[in-house]
Amino acid sequence: MSFIVLLVVLAVLVFWVIGAYNGLINLKNQVVNAWKQIDVQLKRRHDLIPNLVNTVKGAMQFERETLEAVVAARNQAIKVQQTPGAHVGATAEAEAQLTGALSRLLAVVEAYPDLKATGNVAQLQEELTSTENKIAFARQLYNDTATQYNTKQQQFPTMLVAGMAGASRVELWEITDAAERAVPNVDLSFGKS
Amino acid sequence: MAMSQPINFFAQQDANRRRTRWLVVTFILFFAWLGFGGDWILWELTRGAPPNAYRHAFPWMGTVLTVFAALLAAYAWHTGPTKVLWSTGAREIETPAGDAETRLVNVVEEMAIAAGVPKPRVWLIDDADPNAFATGLDAERAHVAVTTGLLTLCTRDELQAVIAHEVGHIKNLDVRLMTFLAALVGAVALIADGLGRTLRSGFRFGAVTGGGKSRGKRDNVGPLVLVLLAVWLLSWLLAPMVTRLLALGVSRKREFLADAMSAQFTRNPLALASALDKIEHAAEPTTSIKRGAAHLCIADPLGRKSSLREGKLADFFGTHPPMALRVARLKAMGYQERKREGQPIQATA
Repeated sequence: MSFIVLLVVLAVLVFWVIGAYNGLINLKNQVVNAWKQIDVQLKRRHDLIPNLVNTVKGAMQFERETLEAVVAARNQAIKVQQTPGAHVGATAEAEAQLTGALSRLLAVVEAYPDLKATGNVAQLQEELTSTENKIAFARQLYNDTATQYNTKQQQFPTMLVAGMAGASRVELWEITDAAERAVPNVDLSFGKS
Repeated sequence: MAMSQPINFFAQQDANRRRTRWLVVTFILFFAWLGFGGDWILWELTRGAPPNAYRHAFPWMGTVLTVFAALLAAYAWHTGPTKVLWSTGAREIETPAGDAETRLVNVVEEMAIAAGVPKPRVWLIDDADPNAFATGLDAERAHVAVTTGLLTLCTRDELQAVIAHEVGHIKNLDVRLMTFLAALVGAVALIADGLGRTLRSGFRFGAVTGGGKSRGKRDNVGPLVLVLLAVWLLSWLLAPMVTRLLALGVSRKREFLADAMSAQFTRNPLALASALDKIEHAAEPTTSIKRGAAHLCIADPLGRKSSLREGKLADFFGTHPPMALRVARLKAMGYQERKREGQPIQATA
């Protein structure tokens, strides 16, 4: 009788371990996948910028600095993205620079009504808005999934199998609201995290 | 992070898989009862018949109807999404033409990313009334359809919120259950209209008068047969309504959940609130969306005003919860967000 009880307890335990292990692995893959999504969208954004710059260049002779800032930020962002093993923080920083430079450029474009009126720019603007949104949403999904993963592997019963599943904390893509909105001084908000 | 309680998608997906299975089983069992019930009654009635008269030995009605129901369910399952889209006259946007379509496709892509599902196929319905629905069997084979009215009426943010609501249905696997149900409702309505008419007038009449005649001749018909007959006939009369009732029960709670998911994906509940407001006030019915697909839509396409009232009756007959209640819930979420805004985001993680 006691043997059967022992067997049942053991079976329950084994099933639980399998479930918890698979749950962690599943989350881990989701995190990796979410990061890939971000990567795809970042690449898209980088590809879109030369197009935008070429289109507005002619009309914006007086805004060379703004344009150059965008190009420089893009090149930096590409460099970081292509560095193997670049961690989340570095990517976040480079991309935030680019976000800042781009939003300044778009603000300037608003000041040129004839430029905005040409169909090409309106299209590019929609593309850019969409790409920015996609990056933001991909980041949101990544952060949500990563938070879930981090929490799960630290919570009590699951933490017992965390080592077996090779789970370790993943870095979140930290961005404070201030950094998103700040137009002139994007850099100041880093280092906080 | 900003939403402190993430919605448990997995539980919801499991519940939807389970409910779909139950729906199939209930549907087939109901048809089996319609068939085998009739067989049973006929068997009871012809049991004492003389050897040369007809004796109902083989339950052919039940066999035929059960096989028929199973085939119907399989057919509804495989063609459900296409049938639903076809019934609304939607056309697929493959290469977007014009700014509005580009924007729509972009917004769908954005929300698919936010939800972490593959990008659903995008369809457009030429209808001035704003509405939207999602259909499909799973996230890999999903479709989102919107009316042209929605595109002209809504801002980008509002469109995004509406699409997020639909993508929420996809992620939850609500689409599987609701599409399957729509296909069943459609199939049963068709049968009730066409086949049912001829069948009922001839066959039911024959069964009743046949029963009456034999009762007059012999007194061996027990009360069991009469009760059976009554229940059985009632089932036949109710058959077209049963699937409708199933559709009612299935869709209302889901709308609240999809609203909450929209808020989670866009982090902007107020955009959906204002979109729903606009949709509600463009009160004309969406003519291209028929009754069978009503429970799939974001707002009741039949423009039934019951969605304005709140109460037992509206609760019971509407496929959608009262719009005012949905808007109020979203606004409450929006104010909570705003209250939190002063705090750093990390604190809530």
